[in-house]
Amino acid sequence: MKKLITGNHTVSFGVKLSRAEVIAAYPITPQTEIVEKLSEIVADGSLPAKFIRVESEHSAMAACIGASATGARAFTATSSQGLALMHEMLHWASGARLPIVMTNVNRAMAPPWNVWSDQTDSLAQRDTGWLQFYCEDNQEIVDTIIQAYKISEKVMLPAMVILDAFILSHTSEPVDIPVQKKVDKFLPHYNPKYKLDIANPHAFGGLVKPDWYYEFRYKISRAMEDAKDLINKVGRDFGREFGRSYGLIEEYRCNKADIILFTSGTISSTSREVIDELRSQGKKVGMVKVRVFRPFPSEQIRAVAKKAKIIGVIDRNISFGNEGIFFSEIKSALYNEKKAPPVYGFVAGLGGRDVRREDIKKIITRLDKKTGLTKGVNWVGLKK
Amino acid sequence: MAKKIVFKREKDLPYLAVSLSNTRSNKTGGWSSLRPVLDKKKCTGCMLCWKYCPEPCIKPGEKPKIDLDYCKGCGICSEVCPTKAITMKKEKK
Repeated sequence: MKKLITGNHTVSFGVKLSRAEVIAAYPITPQTEIVEKLSEIVADGSLPAKFIRVESEHSAMAACIGASATGARAFTATSSQGLALMHEMLHWASGARLPIVMTNVNRAMAPPWNVWSDQTDSLAQRDTGWLQFYCEDNQEIVDTIIQAYKISEKVMLPAMVILDAFILSHTSEPVDIPVQKKVDKFLPHYNPKYKLDIANPHAFGGLVKPDWYYEFRYKISRAMEDAKDLINKVGRDFGREFGRSYGLIEEYRCNKADIILFTSGTISSTSREVIDELRSQGKKVGMVKVRVFRPFPSEQIRAVAKKAKIIGVIDRNISFGNEGIFFSEIKSALYNEKKAPPVYGFVAGLGGRDVRREDIKKIITRLDKKTGLTKGVNWVGLKK
Repeated sequence: MAKKIVFKREKDLPYLAVSLSNTRSNKTGGWSSLRPVLDKKKCTGCMLCWKYCPEPCIKPGEKPKIDLDYCKGCGICSEVCPTKAITMKKEKK
């Protein structure tokens, strides 16, 4: 059924269709509408979940951890400072191998206070062992939440479904809401091997000395590796069932492309328009949307990078003291490759500054003419 | 008595840190440096020691029975005993 809805509203559909059983709720702009909508459908009975109002985001994640440990499908949503506040719990969720799915609305970190689109919040959590999916549009949100539960519950690692503040969270787009019956067939009931159960008691998360901790961490790393193929497989299966396929990355017009742009989130949407416009003028440009950041799709990136003569990466984030984070990791993946083209990083759109078609065209021109390029951060639209 | 589980390789481990047996296989009594000694003549069988033992490793009955396999030598039983029937003695190494 097609609906014209905001990203936040779409999240609530994803959660409802996935039959989440426990929702921990704490508000933060621009996510608040998510928990508000969820409270409505829990109150009217259309979603038979336990809705727990907690006193902070740290508690929200703690509540999800507890719920997931009993074998319940858990969900929460946050953004920016809230995500930062639950940092230690994020480590716990992955270490405890709990398949919690959380929506993070990409919002800038304060100070200065800024509620608009910026990826630094989620990327600052890249080491916590959470899968990370970046959505380009509202359709991807509902589709990805459903797939995230399926993938998470197989690899037993939590997942973040990420969307841009206001550009997606508060913007209405046409979204095809999947049918519950089909989702039920696609996403089976969650039943973990070990759970908190007084009939079959276990102690969880106990002390593990240096003699075995290393092996437990190896298991998490292996699970992340296994997730790569699984994400592609689940994405293909989703395509067969619902008509829309997904993968770790999405190549767009990369064949016979001299310049390839790597993007993520809604910047991908704008980039696509620019690629089409430039292609119609005969320019050999293409783009790659990095949909999944964790696990990092190194193999897929290596394969597509070989096609280009020069690569540009647009980051809506920055790791202070170094450079854009997607840029760093893409370069890393290509480092030892024999045929890797030069890669340049561009930081744009921090704090919700609009990344317009002109900005992307300017980036492509810089890559084309090889002018105004530095090895580190290439700032876009800086008011110098 | 719970069997002690020994792992040899990564594949043997469960996918998460979870107890596969119960903690009775872990005899914490070996940790203590003090050992409770009961003077049965002074003991009235009030069972306060059993009530207060945090482990718990005292079995109630006519006279308390202290399980030295798990006693960590905290000395609370000795502290609360109203007749000073329990004294803490240094463990011989």
